[in-house]
Amino acid sequence: MAQARFEIWRGEHGAGQFVPYDTEVSDGMVVLDAVHDIQARQAGDLAVRWNCKAGKCGSCSAEINGKPRLMCMTRLSELDLNQPVTVEPMRAFPHHRDLVCDVSWNFRVKPKIRKFTPRKPDAPDGTWRMQQEDVDRVQEFRKCIECFLCQDVCHVLRDHHLHEEFIGPRFLVHVAALEMHPLDSLDRRDELRTAHGIGYCNITKCCTTVCPESIKITDNAIIPLKERVVDRAFDPLVKLLGLGKKKS
Amino acid sequence: MAEVQTYDHDVLVIGAGGAGLRAAIEAAARGRSVGLVCKSLLGKAHTVMAEGGVAAALGNVDDRDNWKVHFTDTLRGGQYLNNWRMAELHAKESPDRVRELEAWGALFDRTDDGRILQRNFGGHRYPRLAHVGDRTGLEMIRTLQDHGVHQGIDVHMEVTVATLFVSQGRVAGALAYDRERGRFRLFRAKAVVIATGGIGRAYRITSNSWEYTGDGQSLAFHAGAALMDMEFVQFHPTGMIWPPSVRGILVTEAVRGEGGVLKNKDGRRFMFDDIPENYRAQTADTPEEGWRYVLGDKNARRPPELLTRDHVARCIMREVRAGRGSPHGGVFLDIAWIKEKIPKAAEHIKKKLPSMYHQFKQLADIDITTTPMEIGPTTHYVMGGVRVDGDTQMSTLPGLFAAGEAAAGLHGANRLGGNSLSDLLVFGKRAGEAAAAFASANSAVAPDQGEVNEATREALSPFDRPTGESPYAVQHDLQDMMQDLVGIVRTESEMQRAAQELAKLRERAARVGVTGNREYNPGWHTALDLRHLLTVSEAIVASALARKESRGGHFRDDYPEKKSDFGGINFVAEKGPSGSMVLRPVPVPVMPEEMKKLVEEYK
Repeated sequence: MAQARFEIWRGEHGAGQFVPYDTEVSDGMVVLDAVHDIQARQAGDLAVRWNCKAGKCGSCSAEINGKPRLMCMTRLSELDLNQPVTVEPMRAFPHHRDLVCDVSWNFRVKPKIRKFTPRKPDAPDGTWRMQQEDVDRVQEFRKCIECFLCQDVCHVLRDHHLHEEFIGPRFLVHVAALEMHPLDSLDRRDELRTAHGIGYCNITKCCTTVCPESIKITDNAIIPLKERVVDRAFDPLVKLLGLGKKKS
Repeated sequence: MAEVQTYDHDVLVIGAGGAGLRAAIEAAARGRSVGLVCKSLLGKAHTVMAEGGVAAALGNVDDRDNWKVHFTDTLRGGQYLNNWRMAELHAKESPDRVRELEAWGALFDRTDDGRILQRNFGGHRYPRLAHVGDRTGLEMIRTLQDHGVHQGIDVHMEVTVATLFVSQGRVAGALAYDRERGRFRLFRAKAVVIATGGIGRAYRITSNSWEYTGDGQSLAFHAGAALMDMEFVQFHPTGMIWPPSVRGILVTEAVRGEGGVLKNKDGRRFMFDDIPENYRAQTADTPEEGWRYVLGDKNARRPPELLTRDHVARCIMREVRAGRGSPHGGVFLDIAWIKEKIPKAAEHIKKKLPSMYHQFKQLADIDITTTPMEIGPTTHYVMGGVRVDGDTQMSTLPGLFAAGEAAAGLHGANRLGGNSLSDLLVFGKRAGEAAAAFASANSAVAPDQGEVNEATREALSPFDRPTGESPYAVQHDLQDMMQDLVGIVRTESEMQRAAQELAKLRERAARVGVTGNREYNPGWHTALDLRHLLTVSEAIVASALARKESRGGHFRDDYPEKKSDFGGINFVAEKGPSGSMVLRPVPVPVMPEEMKKLVEEYK
């Protein structure tokens, strides 16, 4: 079996350093396997957050060789094992310990977004009718596994720390799923512009690049939302006639 | 003494997968204060891994379907060891629970006339599973989560319950620790709902994540509640087997629902070789008829790949043991072949099975639209669990409820695919409702302070042994032992050995040590999970030894047939007067006449 070197960030509350570990690697392994082997044999208290190990839960987000990725979906065969592989926590969030960071801000943002509010049922039995083609668009957004890699890489959050003013790509996708949901009856454009801070996004598409679910965050969620907001806020006709409460 | 922070809730829900979320939503909607404890972050629980769909007799695709057919399918699949009342409530209420999710924002795939689409699955007579591609569990947990966060529920994320307390004959609360700082939380509650899922981590090859260490079953057992049917572990027939690092990861049954076939190394569709008597009338005679069923021909019968999971898993084992397996010890699952039958097959597969496509492409370098998958059985689900009342989900300990995988009864000896997602909705709601009612009718009882102190001392004890054995080593050895001796094919002598090995592992577990401090220390968490894993393993071994027959998920090489003496009993495991586990048979609840008639009618 081949050996590879992993340099894993160890430390607490922001302080720390890369610690080298050599471990055996085999066919098909992913970074999370190597981290688990190191944990079981060399560093029992190595903190790492993970769950499904199949790319479905979005728990094991980290920065691998500096790139935000899921540890469970990063094959070692994609990496150059002649160099040490660096593994460190997502840097846009407060650090807890080793590879684990505090993502609780995300869980505080979501309840501030108004909940799904369906129109009246279409049928007497209380059900609705929707065509698959109308559902497809929103189903793309609902693939999101809340790994928060898009939040990690967004410069508005990572570099400018505008957490109070901007909800980040993950929650713009969430609002897009509500706003474009065939049944949702609320108009969310005002709060997108104000409370959600959609204007801070200058569509550099970093979020789309790192999305493990390949959601076209910028093109399919954020830009259409921006267009709706602009239509609503700056359309002179709408302003003149006092319209605009209706959803486009 | 360790510092403990105290929280008071009317209802404490332990576990935040589908069942826990649904219970918490219901209890909160009934005006109770609710604490929801999740071992991981909210929305990461194992429900997220459920792929194929949620079973509900909506009758949208085949209008011959109704609750009666679903009810009888569930009993047949469970080999009639099910609690009939739970099977009845489940079949009747599941359609409303699914429609309710739509009202909360879930977006299921659609029929041509705009209703919820349903797909074929093993053991279900008609297309019955509402689904979203192959990520139905994600859709459901996210819908429940997004609805739940507006309900005023106190969510305790990354908090693990270590002990339950009983006072005056009722459940009184729980001691837990948070992962982040390792600090203790004492929950005082009038009612507690266990919704902690399964026990898959007792085995080496499993589709379950690190969390599924049997916490709820073990907590309930140690608090004095009864467990039931623990011998019935479901080995899902199709887990990934290659490369080694992905071994056990689930491959959804929806692959077969969409027309996927199982083949051995000679290319033979071996599922046609062994069709159980009670499914013969419902199963296709030829591959051609099976394909017509997949296409929706109402006159065609199901292909044998859609027999129940227990049977399919055993047929795969048979092929492998007979030397007809694939290179890495499994068999082939082929969906690519449908290109012979339909145009644009590759697009169709990617649309219907997107996450399977992605999973194989990324983890195994296999394109499932062109190449068969190599698969083999993986530990997936436990039919057994906390013994509960069919209507209220209350355990034998007053105030303690259980729902979802953690509870026993609905599935009997084998669960049908899709019945877990409907189980957690139907009985999550019922448990939340009954727990809320219990909390309204009863005042709080205080946990004994001495017991709380003892529980914290016990939880911290691994830190007193920094040079003790690694908890990971004990966990690995337990998993290997259970896999090798109490797995998919069982015998008396191997299980007797398992019982002896468990005693040794218990001694080792008592001596494990951990290094580092209490902050996010997975070594410590693994050490604390060991007690639960050992408890559920003991229950599995004891029940499996007692059931000297083969039925459902429980297959014994030394007793390969069903036996009528065991057909009417469930095995119950309880704490005896000396504190050790005592097993006793109890009769399966007897169905009223009208239900028996239904079973006959839909035979």
